[in-house]
Amino acid sequence: MSTTTAPSPGAGQEDLARLEAHWGERASLRSWFSTVDHKRIGRRYLVTASLFFVLAGTSALAMRTQLARPESNLLSPEEYNQLFTMHGTAMIFLFATPMLFGFGNYLVPLMIGSRDMAFPKLNAFGYWVFLFAGLFMWASLPFGAAPNGGWFAYVPLTDDRNTPGLHMDVYTLGLLFLGIATTAGSINFIVTALKLRAPGMSLNRVPLFVWAIVATAFMVIFALPALNLDNAMLFLDRRFGTHFFDPEAAGNVLLWQHLFWIFGHPDVYIIVMPALGIVSAVLPAFTRRGVVGYVLIVLAIVSIAIISFGVWVHHMFATGLPHLSYSFFSAASTIITIPSGIQIFAWLATMMLGRLVVRVPLLFLVGFIVTFVLGGLTGAMFALTAFDQQVTDSYFVVAHFHYVLIGGAVFPILAAIYYWLPKMTGRMYHEGLGKWAFWLFFTGMQVAFFPMHLSGLFGMPRRVYTYRDEPGWDVWNMVSTIGAYILAVGLLLVLIGVVHAIRRGRPAPPDPWCGDTLEWSTESPPRPYNFPVLPQVHSLHPTWDQPSRSSMAEDATPDRILADGRRTLFTSELDGRRERVVEMPEASLQPLLLALAMLVFFTAMLFAWYPFAVAAAVAVAVIIAWWLWPPRRPEEELGVAR
Amino acid sequence: MDRAHDLEHPGRRRPSRRVGPALVVAAVLTLAGCSGGSPSTLDPGGTGAARIADLWWVLFWISAAVFAEVMVLLVWALVFRRGRDTRVRHGQPLRFVAIAGAGVPLVILVVVYALGLRDLAALGAGPGRDAPTIEVTGHKWWWEVRVPGIDGATANELHIPVGERVRVRLRTADVLHSFWVPQLMPKTDLIAGEMRETWLHAERAGTYRGQCAEYCGTQHAHMALQVIAEPRSQFEAWLARLAAPARQPTTEAERRGQQAFVQGSCAGCHAIRGTGADARVGPDLSDVGSRWSIGAGAVPNDAGHLGGWIVNPQTVKPGSYMPPQPVDAQRLPDLIAYLRSLE
Repeated sequence: MSTTTAPSPGAGQEDLARLEAHWGERASLRSWFSTVDHKRIGRRYLVTASLFFVLAGTSALAMRTQLARPESNLLSPEEYNQLFTMHGTAMIFLFATPMLFGFGNYLVPLMIGSRDMAFPKLNAFGYWVFLFAGLFMWASLPFGAAPNGGWFAYVPLTDDRNTPGLHMDVYTLGLLFLGIATTAGSINFIVTALKLRAPGMSLNRVPLFVWAIVATAFMVIFALPALNLDNAMLFLDRRFGTHFFDPEAAGNVLLWQHLFWIFGHPDVYIIVMPALGIVSAVLPAFTRRGVVGYVLIVLAIVSIAIISFGVWVHHMFATGLPHLSYSFFSAASTIITIPSGIQIFAWLATMMLGRLVVRVPLLFLVGFIVTFVLGGLTGAMFALTAFDQQVTDSYFVVAHFHYVLIGGAVFPILAAIYYWLPKMTGRMYHEGLGKWAFWLFFTGMQVAFFPMHLSGLFGMPRRVYTYRDEPGWDVWNMVSTIGAYILAVGLLLVLIGVVHAIRRGRPAPPDPWCGDTLEWSTESPPRPYNFPVLPQVHSLHPTWDQPSRSSMAEDATPDRILADGRRTLFTSELDGRRERVVEMPEASLQPLLLALAMLVFFTAMLFAWYPFAVAAAVAVAVIIAWWLWPPRRPEEELGVAR
Repeated sequence: MDRAHDLEHPGRRRPSRRVGPALVVAAVLTLAGCSGGSPSTLDPGGTGAARIADLWWVLFWISAAVFAEVMVLLVWALVFRRGRDTRVRHGQPLRFVAIAGAGVPLVILVVVYALGLRDLAALGAGPGRDAPTIEVTGHKWWWEVRVPGIDGATANELHIPVGERVRVRLRTADVLHSFWVPQLMPKTDLIAGEMRETWLHAERAGTYRGQCAEYCGTQHAHMALQVIAEPRSQFEAWLARLAAPARQPTTEAERRGQQAFVQGSCAGCHAIRGTGADARVGPDLSDVGSRWSIGAGAVPNDAGHLGGWIVNPQTVKPGSYMPPQPVDAQRLPDLIAYLRSLE
């Protein structure tokens, strides 16, 4: 860890020592379990999500190996079906969103000039729940009991008659468990971004990444209940014999699909939106200018967040619903491409008007534009009901959404890893290694997924564990498999690059890129309290403007140092006017204990040990009561908080 | 590429694909030429798929143009806008962003949406009231095919008269499936507890491969079917065969095979018309000898594969609902001979 601390001219040595005493955590086993530091939690999200990514990616390689040749026997159909289900479920729920939440956790407080998230304990709790839910789901795979009904889990295939065993119970309970983490994280992001911004950071000075995270968090809050409801009903149907989805008892199988996609389509944007926020955050440093059209991009983000709730039926264009409703959802699905188009052209304009510094993060952004635009173009095609009916559930749609999700999420995530690695680890990465990683990943991605457009157009359905060589799909499948391996080598080089940077990288300066947002005004890596002096923000690009910079140095005032406790500032939601000083919670084991009690609850439900489940539910209630119990504080201390 | 004409709207002109011949030829060669014998959506055999293929080419060229535009701007920036000069710049060309990112796409999207609506309406128009009707029921993992008013059934194969629209009623016996014959018609899902309807129209005689397109469990990969488009007279002959009892055994071996079928475990699940075996758990086998495959596309239909299938379907199609059959080794050739004779 870097200790090249030049005492900030703004905060004296004494202030720094007191800040260190209030915020610092001794490296101990207890602090490892009890930490509430958003940076440690953010890093854990990133590492854990990457681990799940490796598992889900390995599943994909196994599937691609099976599909390389027709009628291959490497995997049995049961194995293949579990692998593709876990691949999709893990990539969506355990990689994409947690990874981006990890960046959000690490970066949002730094970008808005705060010392932590609004609810640090809730933040720690969210991480533990995510970790346990992920392990809960993956642990089923070695026992051959992993979910096997596809990540979309359509009934009646997933009911207890058609899929007996634990498979789908792991799915429903795992996602319900995980949903707690995602909801908690989202509430935290919203409150943090609305209340904890540095003074002067009015809404029109909020970095685009933070806008994207907040819009995403709102989408999660509105979308996730539909999924939770769906999963709860499926669990009840399977375990307790209710009939929500049983057509023989007047249940309805399409109800599952409606609820699933009311969540599922916003979820595409829940994944892509924060990643687009990363693009807007990384681009200024490598084009030497602010992103063109800040207001247009904010409007695009907000309108996507709203319109995305009105397009779900385009996932059901082949189910035979009335044409009138199809024409409505087709129109909404067509229109939603416009805000994405605005963002793409805003970034292109930014590049054309700037001066490009071609480093690894920028390369990944270029890869993002190429890939995401292709995915967006096929996406617009899927808005047309008639065309959708022909290519949906074929490899064409597999190609499409891998272009959207790898283009729209993985490329930006990789750009983000290289961009913020110096900030998070205090070490620079190896540029040459990074360029090799980019070119292999980019090439592998195109070689793996472009041919899937063709195999889809040639009539190959998706989710098949094998195919006969007769129809002539074999060439394209072989090419795809080769591409998948090239892509994997690229990702391996990314991993090697990160390990190399941490072990051997040269120390990173606080601001290696001349970035424009506040995280670059902190040390690399930041101190536990982030900012010795909370900034006074004067523009959208605070580290590029002199008054904002000097507010943390020579113009520092004691009311922004707040060294007398674990303190940060509350400001007003719209204008970022200073409201009051708030006391932040200390490290605590409560988040871990609560998450553990929930893990016991969900495990007991899975194995139908209902007495244990009741006991765990009581434990959950007790821990929550303990957590919420008002702290004993002397009067004068309470007075300080005003 | 062999293109279908829209028989039913002879006056309507389709957009010519011979604009910019060289490019088109190149694209067609790459996209369709390498498709081998696949059931390619770009090699339509009838009205439904032909509409979508035409729509696809419109979408393809628009997409190619938009992608080229983005690439030109991107490469231009990468080539001409590199610099060590790290001063921060300003300037907000909002008009460019609004026109290129919203205005132009809006115009394109409105046009494309209109085309999409036109084709949606066309696909939804359906066949006339007295068009032939075929009932298809999805099972894990095969297709049951029946014709209203006729007692018989067949599996994984349906016949349609060339040049006519045929109504297809879709039901499922268990989970969701999706009926997809890429060269003839886009997908229609089979919804548990409900009935769906689509139609098929083939302009050329021939066989068209179809496959279940909605994930339906272990053997989703092996749930294929064939649509055979043939002249009206042959279609009627097929209907007559469906109504008639199965072919009677003519050799001694076939007779022994039939006996083994009726008295053995086979008849517990399968039907053969005219033999007394009338169970409806598995496919009706009255014409199994003439079918294109065994196990809904799992293996070719020949004596060797049939024998292997009877002895242990689980090695051929793991997870299938047919258990291994304890058939006497001496009886097996007879059973195969009998089943192969059922055409």
